[in-house]
Amino acid sequence: MSSYISEGSEWNFELLDRYDCEISRIAANFGLDTYPNQIEVITAEQMMDAYSTVGMPVGYHHWSFGKQFLGVEQRYRRGRMGLAYEIVINSNPCIAYLMEENTMTMQALVIAHASYGHNSFFKNNYLFQTWTNADSIVDYLLFARNYIQKCEQRYGEEEVEMLLDSCHALMNYGVDRYKRPQRLTLVDEERRQAEREAYMQSQINDLWRTLPTNPDKDQAQSEAPLWPTEPQENILYFIEKNAPLLEKWQREIIRIVRKIAQYFYPQRQTQVMNEGWATFWHYTILNQLYDEKLVTDGFMIEFLQAHTNVVYQPPFDSPYFSGINPYTLGFNMMQDIRRICEFPTDEDREWFPEIAGSDWKKTLDFAMRNFKDESFILQYLSPRLIRELKLFSILDDDKENMLNVSAIHDEAGYRYIRTALAEQYNLGSREPNLQVHKVDVRGDRSLTLRYTPHNRRPLNDETDEVIKHLSRLWGFTVRIEAPDEEGAVQQTHECVVGT
Amino acid sequence: MSQVIDRRVNGKNKSAVNRQKFIRRYKKHLKDAVEEAVSKRSITDMEHGEKINIPAKDISEPTFGTGRGGRQEQVYPGNEEFITGDQIPRPQGGSGGGKKASDSGEGEDDFSFSLSRDEFMDLFFEDLELPRMIKTQLTREVQFKKIRAGYTVHGNPSNISVIRSMKGALARRIALTASPSRRLHEAEEELALLLEKALDDDPLVIALRDEIKELKRRIRKVPFIDTFDLRYNNRIDEPVPTSQAVMFCLMDVSGSMGKFEKEIAKRFFTLLYLFLTRSYERIEVVFIRHHTIAKEVDEEEFFYSRETGGTVVSSAIKMMRDIIHERYPSSDWNIYAAQASDGDNWADDSHVCRDMLLESIMPYLQYYAYVEVTEDDSTGDLWDEYQTVSDVYNNFATQTISDNADIYPVFRKLFEKQWS
Repeated sequence: MSSYISEGSEWNFELLDRYDCEISRIAANFGLDTYPNQIEVITAEQMMDAYSTVGMPVGYHHWSFGKQFLGVEQRYRRGRMGLAYEIVINSNPCIAYLMEENTMTMQALVIAHASYGHNSFFKNNYLFQTWTNADSIVDYLLFARNYIQKCEQRYGEEEVEMLLDSCHALMNYGVDRYKRPQRLTLVDEERRQAEREAYMQSQINDLWRTLPTNPDKDQAQSEAPLWPTEPQENILYFIEKNAPLLEKWQREIIRIVRKIAQYFYPQRQTQVMNEGWATFWHYTILNQLYDEKLVTDGFMIEFLQAHTNVVYQPPFDSPYFSGINPYTLGFNMMQDIRRICEFPTDEDREWFPEIAGSDWKKTLDFAMRNFKDESFILQYLSPRLIRELKLFSILDDDKENMLNVSAIHDEAGYRYIRTALAEQYNLGSREPNLQVHKVDVRGDRSLTLRYTPHNRRPLNDETDEVIKHLSRLWGFTVRIEAPDEEGAVQQTHECVVGT
Repeated sequence: MSQVIDRRVNGKNKSAVNRQKFIRRYKKHLKDAVEEAVSKRSITDMEHGEKINIPAKDISEPTFGTGRGGRQEQVYPGNEEFITGDQIPRPQGGSGGGKKASDSGEGEDDFSFSLSRDEFMDLFFEDLELPRMIKTQLTREVQFKKIRAGYTVHGNPSNISVIRSMKGALARRIALTASPSRRLHEAEEELALLLEKALDDDPLVIALRDEIKELKRRIRKVPFIDTFDLRYNNRIDEPVPTSQAVMFCLMDVSGSMGKFEKEIAKRFFTLLYLFLTRSYERIEVVFIRHHTIAKEVDEEEFFYSRETGGTVVSSAIKMMRDIIHERYPSSDWNIYAAQASDGDNWADDSHVCRDMLLESIMPYLQYYAYVEVTEDDSTGDLWDEYQTVSDVYNNFATQTISDNADIYPVFRKLFEKQWS
């Protein structure tokens, strides 16, 4: 009597349950702490739908999602792209999609990867705990969709579309990096939305109030005070609260886009860790299944083939190269940490004295909870892995004629490469640092953003287009200024709104 | 414990709204692409969808980002040959001084996707309408739809309406047992009163007992359900109106019509056919070709067999008239006709055509389109005679086509919405 759960490649619901049962048992033994799971079986077409709304289970309607869908569909139909095996949503219960076309092996892989790997990451990583609220996200998205639909009916689809276009252009600048969001349920959200509508408009106009002033004082204040008093990094928030001409519903829609940006913010900061963690666990869990003789050799071979494809890193000169594969980097780092804990070498003892030889489960758990990509790499990328991946760094300085190999995988370069790679995952330096600098409160009400260049990098060509969107939201002229070579601040972009 | 849900039954096309929004937004681009596609494409696969390209820059969603320039450091995997301090020349088209490089560096692909057949046709025939098409009639083979029509006493056991039948049975039982039960109650009360003072063998008591027995028997004999209680759901056939049209294709196949002219005519006919399929549920096509004599043929022969000889257009028109009379009474059919010719005709024949059209054809027709395929712009006497017809009937239209590229514009011109 064989102990295998299944032998063929066909799946059915009963088998899904049994696999899930075993995987869940093993995951618990390893100490994974997860939300309850909701596994949904869908068709390829539904998967494309899910794709195009960036994985939001309930998305509001916008043409850009349609564009995304058409693109995905076209590539899929032509066979240029396989669909991702899974999409998983950071919600409670954690929703994971399985595609019906997949074999039993792939379904098991996806369950282990998404429903236990990603799921435990969502639940325990500090960024997700701080920034997202898994309990209410589905409700909030539902609220958002209904609200936007209502606005379309009331104010016209075109109006709403234009507004959303502008919001999307600034989506990355709708994130609070420091302030912690409040936790709200759907009911609270709706109630508060009504309250906001009632009060907001009056608050706004306060800004432009012309108080009767003492002429002497006025003289003294001819230099208008700088407003806002501190630079604001959350541009969408600033507009939502302060743009003088927006209607209430427009502010609410800005808020919705902002909230959704905030919800996805942690995912953008933990790509390597999140995928690495999930890949590490599907690998570990399925191997455990094999060790317990619950799956066949055929199952393992199919799994290993899929797994190898996922973690393949083409070298930089390969035609398939498109940046560092987050699955490879993440998975290898997780494996490496386990190795350092279990079988440390002298080099490891020197580099990682605090974790070498420790309990790997505890160490990995700590790493998963308390880091984001940037700090994770800075903390845990080992010389051995740098050697294995043959990492090297290239410095491209527009003041030099040649590119310079600044470090390679050798004794002198480890730290340099580690820092450079971590910097690459620092959202702060990947996105231009633009902040609301001042508003000409007494004059033409123009809004000025200050760009602080990092390593002298200029803004890209789309900037002119984006500030058109920005001035559509703001309602008046928008300018961008940046310090030039000598450090003197100059205006670089402008979008004038005529009167 | 996880919960596994089968969502496959849920609607797909969650993105349909988004897709429609996208198409609406880029309608102008799409229309251009559709028109271009039509001019390139062979008419036989006109009915399929189409792959559409839109320049990526027109649909970009701009965001803030950094451009090239400044000092950038990037980590790459897979080093084989470099050591620290190596100098590498800048790759072409790569980074460099500011704006210049980004011009050449950013090759933007077109955004391409497929339109479905319906979307394609919608764009293709947008703003066109069929003139005078509102004549919805029954088809000859009438189509029926079953509809509910109350209840009947005869029918198939599977159609028994249980509730109706039981209601009827209950009513019948109440009706048939009403007077005996009333009497029964009275008799029982009388008996009870009587027994208080009389003995069991009192003849009155015995009589009452007999009566009660008899009444009970009568009540029992009323059947619980009877065949005539049965009611059946009644369904009757209701004729469903379907709009139908017949399209006559008339073509000159005399020696003067070359392959090129036929090809153009064919494209025109196909366009018209596709257009009609959008408005009518049922369409028949009659192909009539003619040189000196007309003949009704099938599609294959119509377009591909070659004939030579002179041209007598009236033969075809006469044949069309006869076919209309025989098979397509205008009370039942929307009739369209399209004629393609190179304009040559037997000298004395053109005015015969005109008269026949005026008297016995046009009164029955929805629309008649005549296209003259000419390589130069000269027109023959058939054209001139036809002008007089179009003066009388505004649903008679004439156009000339000299080139493949003309077909679609001419078609549009013929069927442009008439804002009157």
